[in-house]
Amino acid sequence: MLELKNITKKFGSRTILNKLNLTIPDREILAIVGPSGAGKTTLLRCLSGLERIDSGEFLWDGQEFDPTAPDSKSHIIGVVFQNYELFPNLTVIENITLAPTLVLKENAEQAQTHAQKLLQQLDLTGKEDLYPYQLSGGQQQRVAIVRALAMEPHILCYDEPTSALDPDLRTKVGEIILKLKSNNKMTQIIVTHDMEFASQVADQVFKVKALDDKKVI
Amino acid sequence: MNYILSIMPSLFAGAKMTLILFFWTLITAIPLGIIVSLGLLSYFKPLRLVLKFYIWIMRGTPLLLQLIFIFYGLPIVGIIFQRYDAALFAFILNYTAYFAEIFRGGFQSIPIGQYESARVLRLNYWQTLTHIIIPQVSKIVIPSIGNEVINLVKDTSLVYVIGLGELLRAGNVATARDVTLIPLVIVGIIYLLMTGIASFLLKKIERNFAKWK
Repeated sequence: MLELKNITKKFGSRTILNKLNLTIPDREILAIVGPSGAGKTTLLRCLSGLERIDSGEFLWDGQEFDPTAPDSKSHIIGVVFQNYELFPNLTVIENITLAPTLVLKENAEQAQTHAQKLLQQLDLTGKEDLYPYQLSGGQQQRVAIVRALAMEPHILCYDEPTSALDPDLRTKVGEIILKLKSNNKMTQIIVTHDMEFASQVADQVFKVKALDDKKVI
Repeated sequence: MNYILSIMPSLFAGAKMTLILFFWTLITAIPLGIIVSLGLLSYFKPLRLVLKFYIWIMRGTPLLLQLIFIFYGLPIVGIIFQRYDAALFAFILNYTAYFAEIFRGGFQSIPIGQYESARVLRLNYWQTLTHIIIPQVSKIVIPSIGNEVINLVKDTSLVYVIGLGELLRAGNVATARDVTLIPLVIVGIIYLLMTGIASFLLKKIERNFAKWK
């Protein structure tokens, strides 16, 4: 179970997140919705360690962790970025196995087997040796999901997963997210402004409101 | 024909010096250029200022002046270089500055998202650089590096001024001695061959990077 307690994040004098509290039970899908500029992405960036919070704490199963710390104990979150951020100079399989071999010290064979299994699950068999530019947007997104999963995070976060997809693919990514919940027992967080999508896949919808600038402390 | 054959050994000896200077400058100045470019992008302001000053001097004054300064000027203050060492030192200092500017541009054109996705995958700084950023930067900078490589082949002729026996000097000595244009024409042809081979190799490297976008 992931708990966020009193999370506050400021950029200069602007408070983006103010004493935010949130609990995400295991194997649930939480959608974080709200208008642009309300701090959805900032919340996800704090959670994944790309921004440092000003105060508050993150708890995983009751244990406090620092998402910005590089140690393995703090590795709770995997991220699928809005524009996927695959590495263009690496093939699909290299994109996926790079971090597991360098960081988790899996040997090449382990990493390959693990990657193949995930690729198969996400309908990407046969794409191993292609470069990202040779894939469609939907395929790139699925590679990004596999790449994040290969690091075996406890929670997978998506930043605006439907923003770049046409309606068909939007349904498909929804199915993938639900499948990861039922088959892989994944806890997932979706940051989106797509209310309809959120209500279709999420167990819990959390609405963030833009903080009034006057409330700045 | 016999005349041409008779002057070839001295021209080749000169060409050998040219190639040695070219080779050592290149394999030293490129890695140094990468390191300096990282310094230019560091958050530590004094370091950035020092490096900017260095680049300003190196790019803002003639390489010929730098050669003369190091070989003829520095001995006045007690720093003495052998001819070859002075030449190599000047070339490395000068070319590192150019390469650093090229690499700085390359590093800055990599989207921040690439660093962030590497960070979320918990790659450290060094792993991110070597596996993700430097390959992408290389692809971007190869055409500009290529220009500098061609320039370097020709710039080696500047060491003439400090009396180092390289290709141009060998040709000029023969021309002055034998009162004929032939040695200088051959020198030109040898330069063309060297720059031609360099361009060909650069094209090959460029093509190798074309398999991904």
